[in-house]
Amino acid sequence: MSEPMVKAEGVHKYFGRLHVLRGIDLEVEPGEVMCVIGPSGSGKSTFLRCINHLEKIDSGRLQVDGHLVGYRQRGDKLHEMRESEVAAQRREIGMVFQRFNLFPHMTALDNVMEAPIQVKGESKAAVRERATALLEQVGLSDKMSGYPSQLSGGQQQRVAIARALAMEPKLMLFDEPTSALDPELVGDVLDAMRRLAADGMTMVVVTHEIGFAREVGDTLVFMDGGVVVETGNPRDVLANPRHERTRSFLSKVL
Amino acid sequence: MTETDTAEPVRPETIKAVPVRHPGRWVSGAIVLVLAAMLVHMLFTNPNLDWGTFGKYFSQKEILKGLVATLELTVIAMAIGIVGGVVLALMRLSANPMLSSAAWLYIWFFRGTPVLVQLIFWFNIKALIGDISLGIPFGPTFITWDVNSLVTTFVAAILGLGLNEAAYMSEIVRAGILSVDEGQTEASQALGMRRLKIMRRVVLPQAMRVIIPPTGNETISMLKTTSLASTVAFTELLKAGEDIFNANYKTIPLLIVVSVWYIIITSILSVGQYYLERYYGRGSSRALPPTPLQRLLRGNLTTFHRRPPTPAVPRNPEVGGL
Ligand SMILES: Nc1ncnc2c1ncn2[C@@H]1O[C@H](COP(=O)(O)OP(=O)(O)OP(=O)(O)O)[C@@H](O)[C@H]1O
Ligand SMILES: [Mg+2]
Repeated sequence: MSEPMVKAEGVHKYFGRLHVLRGIDLEVEPGEVMCVIGPSGSGKSTFLRCINHLEKIDSGRLQVDGHLVGYRQRGDKLHEMRESEVAAQRREIGMVFQRFNLFPHMTALDNVMEAPIQVKGESKAAVRERATALLEQVGLSDKMSGYPSQLSGGQQQRVAIARALAMEPKLMLFDEPTSALDPELVGDVLDAMRRLAADGMTMVVVTHEIGFAREVGDTLVFMDGGVVVETGNPRDVLANPRHERTRSFLSKVL
Repeated sequence: MTETDTAEPVRPETIKAVPVRHPGRWVSGAIVLVLAAMLVHMLFTNPNLDWGTFGKYFSQKEILKGLVATLELTVIAMAIGIVGGVVLALMRLSANPMLSSAAWLYIWFFRGTPVLVQLIFWFNIKALIGDISLGIPFGPTFITWDVNSLVTTFVAAILGLGLNEAAYMSEIVRAGILSVDEGQTEASQALGMRRLKIMRRVVLPQAMRVIIPPTGNETISMLKTTSLASTVAFTELLKAGEDIFNANYKTIPLLIVVSVWYIIITSILSVGQYYLERYYGRGSSRALPPTPLQRLLRGNLTTFHRRPPTPAVPRNPEVGGL
């Protein structure tokens, strides 16, 4: 058996006195697409942000590809990683945000080229080729020289996906990538994600798109109140939720 | 679809109405015209203004030397101010309490004392520290310099103006940095970028849009504040003029010479600011209007003061409300 790509064991997270994650246990296998649903405030974004150490966990163990996130273990002691080490870990993990967060002062192409050049120190020519190909893949070959403010929300989010992929990550995190989009723009973004899943990318997707979860997801996780209430095959969970909380949530969103 | 939708649109008749009269505008216009005429008359007939002397000294060598010294002082003091301001702003925003309180203390002190006092202080620095020595702190010294040979009047002026400016610039830079959305830093972190690189490549370029306009203001203000250096015997533009009118008593014409030079440089700086703002505004949601030069080349100077009819940058029709 290969090692899981993500392995969370008893992960807790507090914001001050607010206990947001109350013991999360999860495993994501390489190539798996895990969709996470749950009511607002249940800690979905927080958990996702813990995976690439944008938030520090307060207890438990969180591993990505067999390595602790943000810490090194020496004997039975944990040592905090230096900034450079955390940055090196994050290079392997792509993240796509609800509000895109493209760099507004750079063109679409420059947005995609920025990190490989600045972080990995790759040559401009090689990166340009890869970035162009990525933007073509997400259907934006005619928008490369456009600035984010000149693109629609859907186009911006596809640039953001290309930007994350340009770092050639082994894991992609999506935090409600289509929630800020007009309904008619959602499809193009989901198509891009569907293609990525078909290419075998390991993905954790927080989403309200139940259809996408059913069709593309290998696993569906329902979170509520900082715990995983239910997890399983999306079709099973959606058709026959085992828990009352899952049932009542689904009855509201379906 | 009805036929009128697809047919060539017929423009409805334009309303023809008698415009509202504005008698007040005529009266106020007349008053302004009369006052302007009186001013022009005074400018040309008052013998004390002495335009002959103005012409004689406007491009005289001593004045031009003073002008160059003023420009040097402005550029170097602003350079110190901007670099120092960025460093101080980063210190204040740093998580290290030693750094942030040191920056706070610096800003508190330099904003709390008049710049003229600081200038005079630097001019008299010899009285405070005597000589500067290089060596091990509290241990033996290797080399010693005479402070007066290090801190010339030029250096005193630069230190006084530049260090004071850094305090003000740091607040401007800090406001600029804080104006950049936190999502930008998070996205950069998620891409594996490190703090300094995020600052240099992502945050500061965006902060520039907020930083440039007040910095232009500061530069123009600095140009004129350099005249304070005349009080510590540094020969800049004002001192050059003073030296001349102290000899020939033609005070007013020489003050006008000096003032006209300040106005000319200020005007040039304003144009420079306009183009810098355009550069750092690229990619902003509002379309950039063409520059005056572009308008000139297109030959439609008539729209000089109006917004251009079509945005210079084509916008995507499907831009949604974000
Ligand atoms: N930086 C923070 N500081 C303090 N509290 C926070 C912070 N971030 C999130 N929280 C709180 O943690 C809880 C969980 O937030 P989280 O964003 O993870 O929810 P979510 O499941 O993603 O919800 P949504 O569906 O609305 O995005 C919320 O109560 C939120 O107010
Ligand atoms: Mg969320």
